[in-house]
Amino acid sequence: MKIHEYQAKAILSEFGVPVPRGRVAATPAEAGAVARELGGRVVVKAQIHAGGRGKGGGVKLAGSPEEAERVAGQILGMLLRTPQTGPEGRRVLRVLVEEAMDIRQEFYLGILVDRHAGLPVIMASAAGGMEIEEVARTQPAAILKAHVAPATGLQPFLARKLAFGLGLSGDQVKGMADFLARLYRAFEAKDCSLAEVNPLVLTADGRLLALDAKLAFDDNALYRHPDILALRDLNEESPLEVEASKHRLNYIKLDGNVGCMVNGAGLAMATMDIIKLAGGEPANFLDVGGGASAEQIEAAFRILVADPNVKAVLINIFGGILRCDRLAEGVIRAVRTLEVKLPIVIRMEGTNVELGQRMLAESGLNFLPAAGMKDAARKAVRAAQVA
Amino acid sequence: MVQGLTGREGTFHALACRDYGTQVVAGVTPGKGGLLHEGIPVFNTVTAAVAEEAANTSLIFVPPAAAADAILEAADAGIALVVCVTEGIPILDMLRVGQALRSHTTRLIGPNCPGVISPGQAKVGIMPARIHRPGPVGVISRSGTLTYEAVGQLTALGIGQSTCLGIGGDPIIGTSFVDAVRLFEADEQTEAILMIGEIGGSAEEEAAAVIRREVTKPVVGFICGQTAPPGRRMGHAGAIISGGTGTAEAKMAAMRRAGIAVVKSPADMGQAVARVLARGKTRRPQLPARVRRPRPAKSPRRKG
Repeated sequence: MKIHEYQAKAILSEFGVPVPRGRVAATPAEAGAVARELGGRVVVKAQIHAGGRGKGGGVKLAGSPEEAERVAGQILGMLLRTPQTGPEGRRVLRVLVEEAMDIRQEFYLGILVDRHAGLPVIMASAAGGMEIEEVARTQPAAILKAHVAPATGLQPFLARKLAFGLGLSGDQVKGMADFLARLYRAFEAKDCSLAEVNPLVLTADGRLLALDAKLAFDDNALYRHPDILALRDLNEESPLEVEASKHRLNYIKLDGNVGCMVNGAGLAMATMDIIKLAGGEPANFLDVGGGASAEQIEAAFRILVADPNVKAVLINIFGGILRCDRLAEGVIRAVRTLEVKLPIVIRMEGTNVELGQRMLAESGLNFLPAAGMKDAARKAVRAAQVA
Repeated sequence: MVQGLTGREGTFHALACRDYGTQVVAGVTPGKGGLLHEGIPVFNTVTAAVAEEAANTSLIFVPPAAAADAILEAADAGIALVVCVTEGIPILDMLRVGQALRSHTTRLIGPNCPGVISPGQAKVGIMPARIHRPGPVGVISRSGTLTYEAVGQLTALGIGQSTCLGIGGDPIIGTSFVDAVRLFEADEQTEAILMIGEIGGSAEEEAAAVIRREVTKPVVGFICGQTAPPGRRMGHAGAIISGGTGTAEAKMAAMRRAGIAVVKSPADMGQAVARVLARGKTRRPQLPARVRRPRPAKSPRRKG
């Protein structure tokens, strides 16, 4: 789960990570008020869940509260396009108004999980303010890495080692080590999947601050962080995906015209793949899970049908416990209730397959049975082409 | 033994395993010790189950908030094999479990996995036994139903399975592709290996390197998620392309370089295994360049 920069900074502040003074604003007037409160020059920053905001024109300096109000007026409501949002961009609904800092040096600090090592890893670099993937590509030696043993946590010696490694000296070493310790504490306490400060700036007067902050959270741990769950911004998610999550369906919208409904994430990905191999384009990823209850099947159909791109539906269910007659019953009921007119290709494996297939055939509805994934994909792609 | 036996899922699958012939000797549900559940004695702790019933394997159906603890309890009691089906365990919990297990002899499979089955012998998991047959193919997979698809294809072709190992869809798991291929290479019953991976992480690439150096048995591979968009979690917590790494193409390329027969379509997994079995050839493990001895000029060039 992602959150906005202003929310990340609020969380980091709770852990004593130094951040610039500032507040979020939803209107130009509010932005002006915050600027007046802060005094001096401010930065007005678009708040969206994507990076590259500066390049897209979403980050602007303002020398006075009036200018801050004017600049906020330009940014608020804009459709901000960055390399990360894609061409469709994201509507800006909030800005963060912050004191402008006098920057002497920029660093990169990131904490994430190293899957290969099975440990949290800290990445630190004196090449701050750049895309870290870019740095990894062009100057990999500039990135320091240190793994943390989860049971013991971040030891002070490790934090010092990184600080010295960044070329710091004197009080700045202590400051950086302390910053790192607090960032790690936040990462661990909030079950983050990522805690990134880029840039971490050293100001002209020797202070270390998180100029930008990005926190992402382990979805599996949200049950134990209701405060984090409350920060979810539905405006940043596709409406159909929001709808799907309400029914505990795993749904991701894509651009194609063959909708699919599958039980199991791996099989669902493989179904998308085979649709493409058959010359079609999958409209979505949809895992109905092990249960595939009648309620979920109906909710799944409702979502597929709500996507105007979908011209045909492919249902691929490999049942273990799942009975195919129950599945057929759920599908028939959903199709009748929702008056689905789309051609529906169904491939089922499991117990009572013949009974399920007979029920579909006798329903009088537009079902196309398929034998195997290849047959199912071919039929669904053809049905979408002629639709 | 089944941790979480008395829950709905635990009960259903424990009985299914027992019906298959697996010796299900105990259940553990804290607070329900002393009960007899479907004829299976329930204990409060894993230690008690081990002491009374000599359980050596645990199948875990405990909900996500308590599952990591359940794994650690089993390891602490000296259980040799833990299979954790539970999906949704926080990653940090699994990092801690992983670290703790380094000082135990327990093997963990999963979490977020369908379990293990050696057809004709025993089932410790949730897979439909009905589609499996004993035979020469070892199957390793991060998926559940996609594994059943592969097994269904193999069985339909008359090709049985030695053991099917679901390693799970999470980013932090107990048994990796590397571990599994080594086990299958050492397993007498296994003549060929089918590796089913997915986007996210680098486990398949790491396994490819090990296969290239150590494995003599033919390997077939399939990677799902070739059409997955970057940066999105595709159902499984571990199925995510991040920072440009973990793509299906990269995995398939690494596997091909290791001499693995990679198929693009999920519909072709069974046929590809049939082909490598029919050819009956073994792989020559590729030694690193500096160890390779220069060939004498006159030696016959060996095929295959």
